[in-house]
Amino acid sequence: MTTDAARFTLAPSRRTKRRKLVNVAMQGLATLAALSAVAVLALVIVSVAQRGAAALNLDFFTKTAATFGESGGGVANALVGSLVLVTLATALALPIGVLIALYVSEFAPPRVADLAQLVLDVLNGLPSIIIGVFVYGLLVVGSGQAAWKGSFALAIIMLPLVARATQEVLALVPPTLREGALALGASRWRTVLGVVLPTSVGGILTGTVLAVARAAGETAPLLFTTSIVANTVTWDPRQPMLSIPLSIFQLSESPDPADHARAWALALVLLSFILVASLTARTLLARSRRKLER
Amino acid sequence: MRTVAPIEIAQPHEASLSASDREAVFETRGLTVSYGKVPAVSNVDLSIYRNLVTAIIGPSGCGKSTFLRSLNRMNDLVPSAKVEGEVLYHGQNIYGDGVDPVEVRRRIGMVFQKPNPFPKSIYDNVAWGLRVLGMKDDLDSRVERALTQAALWDEVKDRLKKGAFGLSGGQQQRLCLARAIAVEPDVVLLDEPASALDPIATSKIEDLMHELKNDYTLVIVTHNMQQAARVADLTAFFTLERTEQGGHGVLVEYDETP
Amino acid sequence: MGLTGAATLAAFLLLFGIAWKILDLSRPAISRYGFGFITHQGWDAVHKQFGALDLIWGTAITSFLALLIAAPVSIAIGLYLSELAPRGFRLIISTLVELLAAIPSVVLGLWGILVLGPFVGAHIEPWLHRHLGFIPLFSGSPQNVGVLIAVLVLTIMIVPICSSICRELFLSVPVELEEGAMALGATRWEMVRGVVLPYTRSGVSAALILGLGRAVGEAIAVSMVLGAGFGIHWSLFATGDTLASKIANQYQSADTDILRSSLVYLAGILLIISLVVNLAAQVIVRRFSHQRVGGT
Repeated sequence: MTTDAARFTLAPSRRTKRRKLVNVAMQGLATLAALSAVAVLALVIVSVAQRGAAALNLDFFTKTAATFGESGGGVANALVGSLVLVTLATALALPIGVLIALYVSEFAPPRVADLAQLVLDVLNGLPSIIIGVFVYGLLVVGSGQAAWKGSFALAIIMLPLVARATQEVLALVPPTLREGALALGASRWRTVLGVVLPTSVGGILTGTVLAVARAAGETAPLLFTTSIVANTVTWDPRQPMLSIPLSIFQLSESPDPADHARAWALALVLLSFILVASLTARTLLARSRRKLER
Repeated sequence: MRTVAPIEIAQPHEASLSASDREAVFETRGLTVSYGKVPAVSNVDLSIYRNLVTAIIGPSGCGKSTFLRSLNRMNDLVPSAKVEGEVLYHGQNIYGDGVDPVEVRRRIGMVFQKPNPFPKSIYDNVAWGLRVLGMKDDLDSRVERALTQAALWDEVKDRLKKGAFGLSGGQQQRLCLARAIAVEPDVVLLDEPASALDPIATSKIEDLMHELKNDYTLVIVTHNMQQAARVADLTAFFTLERTEQGGHGVLVEYDETP
Repeated sequence: MGLTGAATLAAFLLLFGIAWKILDLSRPAISRYGFGFITHQGWDAVHKQFGALDLIWGTAITSFLALLIAAPVSIAIGLYLSELAPRGFRLIISTLVELLAAIPSVVLGLWGILVLGPFVGAHIEPWLHRHLGFIPLFSGSPQNVGVLIAVLVLTIMIVPICSSICRELFLSVPVELEEGAMALGATRWEMVRGVVLPYTRSGVSAALILGLGRAVGEAIAVSMVLGAGFGIHWSLFATGDTLASKIANQYQSADTDILRSSLVYLAGILLIISLVVNLAAQVIVRRFSHQRVGGT
């Protein structure tokens, strides 16, 4: 028995010790990588929060930029502009995105569905500056900039996101639900409208929220479509409007530290909105997914 | 339950040592494995003997696989698994302090229910373990020897570089066997190795076990009494003891296979 | 059905419309400069001599270097989130990494010029120059803007995308394969190296190519931190411009038609590169899923 215990010892050999060391080192590197990513996130958020909070005051939210040479003023026009631009873009992208997703999920023959999926994926991967140039060429050349043209560009960016989120939630609808409606004699359209869509509303909404968060942060598509603005607050979409990201971009180019402070404050507002929207959307998405899988 | 010493029944063609004269490779003492709060197998005292085929048999859900996997610490991979009691391998508790599962699995190999060859070539499937464990000298002959012992060499010797997925189910399982024995383990655990295979492939595996037990100690989980009768020297019967939480397995009998 | 089909058709038309419009707007520049535009170095608005080479170089060096750093980091994070992290941490950390992806490029650009740039310019670049200045990569004088900072910012943008795709890929490896490796006495890392990484090889490549596409197309953050320089330089400390950032920088102040058209020519080149990269990734993904089914 003793000789066997020696022969079949479970004590680690030198080679095993080395292998275990490599194993631990690799796990350490992976942990380091993950923590670095979290650290960068924290660094950015802390920078924005610290520097942005200093410049936040009531004027910031209610006034527009002061005339050159005067101090004070705010970014009211950018806040209003972002609101109008993103709302219009959502009004355009949401219905079309849902329609496309319905087609691909419910009605399209498989080959066409694959192709449509590819088109959506390619659209999603297009640099947003190219979309800006496209909308510029299509709508702005000859007729000037306007907020609704910027919204059109943002809508193009939101479209694949809304479509994909809708598809994912449509795929979770149990086929028995559809079959039940069809068995009762309802047409495909009525099945979709009456049964499939209502079940998917939660997922569609959260997907839209994520698309909104993305559009709210986009700068490039607006550069050529709605960036040359007067320094007033306007709600008219036929006028060009500043958005928060555009304003940050322009303020960052200025040498004036007061402008930088305002840029940080805008970044704080933007980042807060986006982070809250993203987190809320994700938790809601997880919850509605769980509900559908039950 | 109680420890049952193997009962000897004279077997006309068994000229070798009786079980009780051999040394015990494994001895479990009060082994209980639970997933979370629910025990899967409870209080097992069992010994596995050298160069014999021991079959573990019982109804489904009685924890046979769980018991088998506790012999090479594969249950460690399940986060909720908890092991109480001792599993002595040549007198050392494999769950003792400072024992690394990597060393345990080096000595105690496993073949799974569904063949699971790596997405590599046939040669690399067998060679991978050898390379990782540092047995790189004479790789070609080690691979050939393992494939021969698994009765697969003749069928694959001309396509060693081809992918393992091109093999039939039975061939894949023999490849998994070759992969396990290439690293020269002491024990090979087989978890219902033929249940996913057709009868011909099954009988090939069973024939192999008679050969392999000369070099290795084999423990096989099976749900098939006839299979146990064909291959096993000793058979451990587990049964399901019902409780409010469900059921857990207990050992009830352990004899030479009738 | 008509309505949904029409919407989908609109999407198809949109994609083609984009390509067509870019081609249309860049026609004046194409007819004036031809394909020599692509190999011409220099961007001279006064003499109306425009060329894309500087910008293609800038795009290439920033994107590839960013991918070089982002690839191992993303794979490591993907492995951490799928294999190594304690179960309780996985959701939190993967959410945090995804939040990194949600940061708008203009905010990262702002942080880049006002925080990261000065730090790198004051501490990292001088150190690199002092110790490794003999390598052309680290020659030149340290600045608060430039290629190195742009590469770092692009890496921060690529990593979240690639790591979350990698994480899903690693989670999809069948557990039987992993068990087979562990049962032989392999360590976790050996199992990852021998089974998980080879199994997911195609998918990881596609993920990295998608990340490259993201880097190639990034205009705003890069234009903020790259410094709008000219020429082809080897030094990481130099300023430069990429296809996307040049368009962002110059488009608003473009006063002549030929300048505008040349900028759209740049957009066209960018579009082609982006389409090629994207399609390559999509093809790999689609072939990868077929391969898995056929291989079993």
